[in-house]
Amino acid sequence: MTANDATFKWPDEGLTRIPYSVYQDADVYAAEQARIYRGPVWNFLCLTCELPNPGDYRVTQVGETPVIVTRDNDHGLNAFVNRCAHRGALLCLDQCGNTDAITCVYHAWRYTLKGELASVSFHRGVNRKGGMPNSFDKSKHGLETLRVTEFCGLIFGTFDPETPDIEDYLGPEIATRIKRVLKRPQTLLGENTQILDNNWKLYFENVKDSYHASLLHLFFTTFRINRLGQKGGVVVDESGGHHASYSIMDKNLDNSSYTDQNIRSADDGVQLTDPSMLDSVDEIGDGVTLQILTVFPGLVVQQIQNAIAVRQVVPTGVEKTLLNWRYIGFADDDADMTERRLKQANLVGPAGYVSLEDGAVGGFVQRGIAGSSDAVGVVEMGGDGFESQDFRATETSVRGMWRRYRDLMGF
Amino acid sequence: MSSAHDLLEQRLTANELQANYAACIDEDRLEQWPDFFVDDCTYRITHVRDFQAGRPMGVIYATSKAMLRDRITSLRQANIYEKQRYRHVVSPTRIISQESGTLKTTTSFLLIRIMETGDTTIFMSGVYHDVLIPQDDGWAFKEKIVVADSAAINTLLAIPV
Ligand code: FES
Ligand SMILES: [Fe+2]
Repeated sequence: MTANDATFKWPDEGLTRIPYSVYQDADVYAAEQARIYRGPVWNFLCLTCELPNPGDYRVTQVGETPVIVTRDNDHGLNAFVNRCAHRGALLCLDQCGNTDAITCVYHAWRYTLKGELASVSFHRGVNRKGGMPNSFDKSKHGLETLRVTEFCGLIFGTFDPETPDIEDYLGPEIATRIKRVLKRPQTLLGENTQILDNNWKLYFENVKDSYHASLLHLFFTTFRINRLGQKGGVVVDESGGHHASYSIMDKNLDNSSYTDQNIRSADDGVQLTDPSMLDSVDEIGDGVTLQILTVFPGLVVQQIQNAIAVRQVVPTGVEKTLLNWRYIGFADDDADMTERRLKQANLVGPAGYVSLEDGAVGGFVQRGIAGSSDAVGVVEMGGDGFESQDFRATETSVRGMWRRYRDLMGF
Repeated sequence: MSSAHDLLEQRLTANELQANYAACIDEDRLEQWPDFFVDDCTYRITHVRDFQAGRPMGVIYATSKAMLRDRITSLRQANIYEKQRYRHVVSPTRIISQESGTLKTTTSFLLIRIMETGDTTIFMSGVYHDVLIPQDDGWAFKEKIVVADSAAINTLLAIPV
């Protein structure tokens, strides 16, 4: 089997069964690069606020493909593969910077910020010896470009001319819920990367899995800050690929839904000695304290109280994934608001009170399923479909992801 | 004007505080870890790129000793992570400046993480940027900014650095 003809017999039960080999198989992984990342999807590249000035560039990835995003002299945004059109050398070696042209270090071919080939060194040879043949047409040797779009300060790119406009791609509900969180102009409060020793889908599923939230992450329940029983739900878009789960804080709920079931979450003796970490304001004004949203195949937009972040899920191997976090503030934040966001950011990221477990749990699955490529996972919580639901003890958006995945992969 | 004797004493003080700090974490005496700080301390873990760009985020961002205590309470009672230990290897502490009894220091560190499986990796390297002030019962950190050399963290960061 090769990447191009990777086929897969999905279990007859459909979306409620996930064959473990899908996290382990090198051919499946190679096929994902072609059918998903180079397919009809919008890949998150970086934030608009990272490229304020002409000449600014930022290096990113679409699947395994290295990509450069630039702001050109007409203030336009461009994205192209970070691969020289001559012999394929990586062009930009720094993560970000400012430049008036992109020059390959190997033989010094130069490209404009729009990815056009501007000059070839020794084009006419040296002392009229060597050089390029007259037939060589520079305009045919530009960099491989991606179509770029911008939405709420997020820059996306796609290789596929058929990918619909971003708002159609997201669908109305997901688009509205991104707009709800990501005002503009934005500022970057910081960034970091979490290296995950698991297949990318295990992380993306984990974000969509609203079932685990209060069971694996015991911080909120231990310190009596949040309840699964509070109002909330899960929205899944028509394609299944995107989701948003949200909750609205209700301070009057007691812990009974946990104590009744005798789950370890209920420990009433513990309190924060400095609760200022959780001093939050309802900045959006709709009472939603938490919204976790995914855009297929690799973006997470997170609002946990005033901690706002985006996470980019980048596969770098069958069992290796980079999770790039960017923590966001807004240009009109005052000093108190910034401090609030920074303190609440303790909840998230690689050391996050309510997210550090997610860094490990994908690896626990990857290690658990080793040697069991014929076995399957069970995803039946909340039914067998992927419709939106007004409760969170469900795996509906996990099934939605597999619907989208199978449609793209042809499995 | 500080005599050679004072200078020597400051060096010893700063180095000893840092050595005790590392041993406290490596020996899993995490309940004592906040006591290395004053009540209104700053503790932050960042990395070179954010630090040089002046971006204020921290992987851990604490503005009081109480927040450090809460971190340990959560680690012990709430958070779920695979059993692991740290081994700090620290350089001699350099005194960068001193003002009215306050010492500014930097110390390089190499942090090795040892998992229950035996898997042993360099988890982080970097520099502690510290401000030390004298207390009734010895010296304590007024500020500790952990500046990691890399922006990447494998799996998760549970135990403080
Ligand atoms: S590979 Fe880039 S100029 Fe030759
Ligand atoms: Fe989680």
